[in-house]
Amino acid sequence: MTPDLPTRSQPAGLDRAVRKANRPASRASFSLAIPLLLFLLVTFVVPIVSLFAKAVDNPETRSVLPATVAALDAWPGAGAPDEAVFAAFARDLARAASGRTAAGLGKRLNYEIPGMRSRVITAARSAGVVQAPFKAAFIKLDPVWGDPIVWATIKRDGRRLTPSYLLAAADLRQTADGAIVPAPADQRIFLGILGRTLFIAGLVTVLTLVLGYPVAYALALAPPLLASVMMLCILLPLWTSLLVRTTAWVVLLQTNGVVNDVILALGLSSERLQLIFTRFGTVAAMTHIQLPFTILPIASVMRTIPAAHMRAARSLGAPPAAAFWQVYAPQTLPGVMAGGLITFILSLGYYITPALVGGPNDQMISNFISIYINSELNWGLASALGVVLLVVTLGIYGVFLRVVGADKLRLG
Amino acid sequence: MSAVASASFRVRVGDADAIMDATSFVRFEGVRKSYDGKQFVVDDLNLAVRKGEFLTMLGPSGSGKTTSLMMLGGFEAPTFGHIFLDDEPVERLPPEKRNIGFVFQNYALFPHMTVAENVAFPLRYRGIKGRAAAGRIAKALAMVHLGHLGERKPSQLSGGQQQRVALARALVFDPTLVLMDEPLGALDKQLREHMQVEIKQLQRMLGITMVYVTHDQGEALTMSDRIAVFNDGRIQQLATPEVLYEQPANRFVAGFIGENNLIPAHVTRIENGTAVMALGDGTILRAPAATATRSSGASTLAIRPERFFVDTGDTPETNRLSGTVSELFYLGDHLRIAVDVGAEKPIVARIPALQRLPLACGDTIALRCHVHDCRLLEA
Repeated sequence: MTPDLPTRSQPAGLDRAVRKANRPASRASFSLAIPLLLFLLVTFVVPIVSLFAKAVDNPETRSVLPATVAALDAWPGAGAPDEAVFAAFARDLARAASGRTAAGLGKRLNYEIPGMRSRVITAARSAGVVQAPFKAAFIKLDPVWGDPIVWATIKRDGRRLTPSYLLAAADLRQTADGAIVPAPADQRIFLGILGRTLFIAGLVTVLTLVLGYPVAYALALAPPLLASVMMLCILLPLWTSLLVRTTAWVVLLQTNGVVNDVILALGLSSERLQLIFTRFGTVAAMTHIQLPFTILPIASVMRTIPAAHMRAARSLGAPPAAAFWQVYAPQTLPGVMAGGLITFILSLGYYITPALVGGPNDQMISNFISIYINSELNWGLASALGVVLLVVTLGIYGVFLRVVGADKLRLG
Repeated sequence: MSAVASASFRVRVGDADAIMDATSFVRFEGVRKSYDGKQFVVDDLNLAVRKGEFLTMLGPSGSGKTTSLMMLGGFEAPTFGHIFLDDEPVERLPPEKRNIGFVFQNYALFPHMTVAENVAFPLRYRGIKGRAAAGRIAKALAMVHLGHLGERKPSQLSGGQQQRVALARALVFDPTLVLMDEPLGALDKQLREHMQVEIKQLQRMLGITMVYVTHDQGEALTMSDRIAVFNDGRIQQLATPEVLYEQPANRFVAGFIGENNLIPAHVTRIENGTAVMALGDGTILRAPAATATRSSGASTLAIRPERFFVDTGDTPETNRLSGTVSELFYLGDHLRIAVDVGAEKPIVARIPALQRLPLACGDTIALRCHVHDCRLLEA
């Protein structure tokens, strides 16, 4: 034995020695993951961070009205600002008019005070011709420029970051004096949409569990050949594009579609039913698409439960149903939890299927994110809604792990 | 050494005789089982297990022993034949109505329940609750020396401890019959031997009937009152361990239980109940003739390795086989030698080390054995 070898009395040194000895191996295995980590960094981490940034980013007012925002620093917030502010405003607007940036500012202010878009554009058009004293000239042009609320809004919007998108995504707004209040009743839509999203995702999760659990059980009990055929049938839809499967549901559910034909032929209804563009259609199509995600984790857990457990329960006196519920079912919980969680979280983000199969009242939060990105061009609000969805998802995941325990979850 | 062996032999046979007076408790009658409709994995099983008996079904894998146990437990239905439990036919009775304790190969403890909950499980379905249940659970766990581990989960126990929990769970509801399917297979040798003794003691103490399946002949010999040796779906021999060892019924049993030299031989005549036979090289051997032994024809002579001794003198009533030592192993208490005597396979002999023979490979040696230690079997 070499004298410098760490002994039982030097555990700290031994710790370090073990780490040092294992370092090349852990480095080698880590280096294998580097390509994927880089890929994830570029495609996943950077977009998410920029999403967070977009949700609070507030560049318009600051870039279009730099002098005005600086001059407003001295304004106490009561009454109309002084001449210096209006002079800076005239200069900024004149530059905005030549640089065609006034429309962006108008749109931004319009989020806060409806009707501001046209007023800003009108003011910008006149900015080149107004003469000092600018305060009187602007108020004469449009009395709104004498309103302190407008200037308070510009001052607040002049900050680099704004909470207004995130507040709007939570159906809240900030008043001119900075208080956070509920949004006007006719603008309170996002919490309802979030609730609807959670409800549909929850319903789809419950349905896939109810429909998928027996299938997983049959799969676990089936002899190998039959099991592989069943597995193929379960996986086959996964190899088809989501869009194709959704379109298939459109074909099936439409008023002159197969489902209605069958209902009519069986005499279940005397007229064709409205199936497409309904909540029923959305949930049916989503349930179908999500079934494999629920079944596979359950089946993989079931396959690890030895047949001897049910036999043991029976031999100890439990009738078949009791043996199943007391001994078998509790052991499948990690799979049920994993399958349910995967389906729930995936369902929260559904976009295409509700868009094609659902009606206006079945659209989920992703659809609104898309609307704000593609049609409304309000990326700030779209990002804020994305943040809300992400936070809610992570929150549910966290609560789930806390309540159920990570050890109860078998995702692999 | 032989005096000790025969003494224990007598005592054990005495035990078995006492059991024989008891009535049969489990009966298989003409039971056959086929899974694929082509082959019988259990073929014409007729077996009576006596009350309070420890009966082992011993055989290689695929011999039908586990299937027989599963049929008795109610997990498989016989294709033909009947199984009686206390004279009631049970083929149609589901396992939960048979009141049989079953210990499975990998224990089948329920991982989501604590040890105490596992042991409480059979009591739930027998209407035993509250203090009465707690008392029985404590008693059952104390019986297997696990009284302090009731609150643990099975995954927190060692293999041996899990085995004991399975035992406690199978015994806590006082079954009259307990079945065990290779319960010690997953344990290491030392623990296995310890548990063999413990299970045997429990069975004797509680007076329960036990049917035990194993492929380990040492385990079967240690624990059983009687052993049913299975091969190819049939019972080859049903007897006490002593009879199985001393008087194997056929080549399979002779080769499966303990070690044996199975020497092809040709019976030439029978003299006063002793068969005389010749080996290929002309060596003359004698063995007690069984009643069925024909006066001439091919047969097999079985001689245990430990029944050989090295003797230069001409001992009467012995067979003599000479040849060259081809292998020699020193094993502490004995020498294990293989001797080429001109038969198909070399003869294996175990020579007590205290004889301190100056042997080496290549030496010529004469092995002797008593005529009554040779057993003549069908070819």
